Amino acid sequence: MSDLPDADEFIKIDHSTPSTGWMDTPAKIRPGMYCYASNYRSVEALGLPNARRWNPLDDDWQIPDNWQQIFLEGLQERLDKFRSLKIFMDICVRCGACADKCHYFIGTGDPKNMPVLRAELLRSVYRNDFTTAGKIFGKLAGARPLTLEVLKEIWYYLFQCSMCRRCSVFCPYGIDTAEITLLGRELMNLLGLNIDWIATPIANCYQTGNHLGIQPHAFKDMLDFFVEDIEEITGVNCEPQYNKKGADILFLTPSGDVFADPGTYTAMGYLILFQFLKEKYGLDVTWSTYASEGGNFGFFTSHEVMKRLNAKMYAEAKRLGVKWILGGECGHMWRVIHQYMDTMNGPADFMEVPVNPVTGTVFENASSTKLVHIAEFTADLIKNNKLDLDPSRNDNLSVTFHDSCNPSRGMGMLDEPRYVIQNVCNNFYDMPPSTIRENTFCCGSGAGLNAGEDMELRMAGGLPRANAVKHVHEKHGVNMLACICAVDRAALPDLMDYWVPGVDVIGLHELVGNAIVLPGEQERTMDLRMEPLPGMEDEADE
Amino acid sequence: MGLKAILQQKKKAIVKDWIDLVIDTYPGDSSKFMKSKGDRFANPVGSTISQGLDALFDGLLNGDSREKMMDMLDPVVRIRAVQDFAPSQAVFFIIYLKKLIREKLKKETKKDKIADELAELEFKIDELSLLGFDVYMGCKETLFSIKANQEKTKIYKAFKRAGLVTEVEEIGPEPGELNI
Ligand code: SF4
Ligand code: SF4
Repeated sequence: MSDLPDADEFIKIDHSTPSTGWMDTPAKIRPGMYCYASNYRSVEALGLPNARRWNPLDDDWQIPDNWQQIFLEGLQERLDKFRSLKIFMDICVRCGACADKCHYFIGTGDPKNMPVLRAELLRSVYRNDFTTAGKIFGKLAGARPLTLEVLKEIWYYLFQCSMCRRCSVFCPYGIDTAEITLLGRELMNLLGLNIDWIATPIANCYQTGNHLGIQPHAFKDMLDFFVEDIEEITGVNCEPQYNKKGADILFLTPSGDVFADPGTYTAMGYLILFQFLKEKYGLDVTWSTYASEGGNFGFFTSHEVMKRLNAKMYAEAKRLGVKWILGGECGHMWRVIHQYMDTMNGPADFMEVPVNPVTGTVFENASSTKLVHIAEFTADLIKNNKLDLDPSRNDNLSVTFHDSCNPSRGMGMLDEPRYVIQNVCNNFYDMPPSTIRENTFCCGSGAGLNAGEDMELRMAGGLPRANAVKHVHEKHGVNMLACICAVDRAALPDLMDYWVPGVDVIGLHELVGNAIVLPGEQERTMDLRMEPLPGMEDEADE
Repeated sequence: MGLKAILQQKKKAIVKDWIDLVIDTYPGDSSKFMKSKGDRFANPVGSTISQGLDALFDGLLNGDSREKMMDMLDPVVRIRAVQDFAPSQAVFFIIYLKKLIREKLKKETKKDKIADELAELEFKIDELSLLGFDVYMGCKETLFSIKANQEKTKIYKAFKRAGLVTEVEEIGPEPGELNI
């Protein structure tokens, strides 16, 4: 051979499996994969521990000297309080059934994103300090002491889990890694180790009523603006009611629907639906400018913060004296309601079991929380023939549906949105079965990870979802990805821009708003985005 | 037999090595998974790499156009552009094809005719490697622009449409307050 150096030496491609086990392969915090540290002012506003400036890339995270004690005592407290945590720590047999089911593992190729290993990061500490085998046999029993390096590793991977629960579907023991992540993040919060994409929205929500910190007058200004646009498109005034005491129903939706595109068009769809029902059936719905957030980023922080934010919605319902609450298209809002609300703040006995006043349908499933999902509500209206619909107005759209993790896996809402879509538009194509319904792939940006600085994580984690969209895009010409979640509406456009250009994102009720024929409306030439309707290209120009 | 025919004959072995070379850049547990499953929905990284490299190999032999080659490179490079790789590591596999081909063609390359043809093919692989950088940069630019437009295209745009842009900044942290 030549005496020139081997080319491999320049590029340093690692062709071999690392010889060290996962415990001895320390985590490297990589830009693009983590979110910026929480702003100390937000942490302060919430009264959470250890508000200060810190940076995950610094060696010194500025945590209290007795941080190990705080962490381990916090873990002990939660093991006592949450039987689920104790069980999840003890019963994993490391069968690996969950290993390749996480979108972050599939997309990043990082083994520590295997759900089993993600949990093992914390479990190893649990074994070390809380089990006899771990205390005696140490590493042999899968135990390791809680060092600063270990803490950082746990933090890094807790914030690479979107709490989507896909792994739990495949675990024979039903171990729910999302629960482990939630409790793990609680422990991190005891040390002041939150991320800003979560801390600032919850501080805003706590103080002002919504994640963006928008004040009541601006909330109303935005809705006024939607009313103007709808009037231009339909000729009908859809002015909603605000803060009306004694209204039948309180409507709550994530603030993203009011303040961020393309959710804003979904909000226009709600307004059109409510106007139709008011005209035809006298439906009495009010919006609230105070409880102006359906979402709950507290869920990504701790049970306590989640409870605080959730309580505001019910306090407003009580203040207004409504019969029940209708909830807009949100993801984690539903997980909080469906899974936690009842034991946190419920049962909401001051309200009535929700009954659809138009159809008489009793929503038994919401008999305790008194909160009904709008997809369910609209599906019920369509099933009972109560809406006048012209699906051809959505004919330029070829639609597929992304099951958001929380409404689908978290509460079992699988058929209602599809039923609505198939009634309001003519071209619908589901993605492959292994990627939808209970098996749905997360958008890659859930659980507070929808920031800008962790874009590589979001794009890699969103790959399995995007890959399935690409399939129906190429096979059926799908150009619109529908969803019933505000985080999705914010996250999926980025995902599509990167992986499947040519596919846009739409909320279910934007499709509904396009299709509803309002009493007394003018001939529509534009859709809610003010783009020409199919066949109306010339009219819309004029 | 000319070079093209020989390569067509040995395609399976060469492409298999090529795929393994790329997949082995992932840690052990991950590469095992990526090699094991064929389902393109359960295992998009593994299947994109397998299909992509197979098609690229054919494209090289068939003299496909620059556009076509870039289209075939795109899915593979797009994935590696968001994973934990330096730019060189993301696209190294293209140029490494030269090495794999020489390994598999040890005997044949001695012949003059083949040697000339091989030199030509290798130049094409070099060119493809440069295209790989174009694709990689294109992916990174898309990422940067998504990052930069994040706030603007969503919240800001909605507020601007409504004529409410003035006070938006007030609610966020002041410049310098973010711990970045
Ligand atoms: S909950 Fe979702 S993101 Fe978290 S480990 Fe399981 S599959 Fe991955
Ligand atoms: S599937 Fe369940 S038991 Fe098996 S490794 Fe995963 S968490 Fe453990």
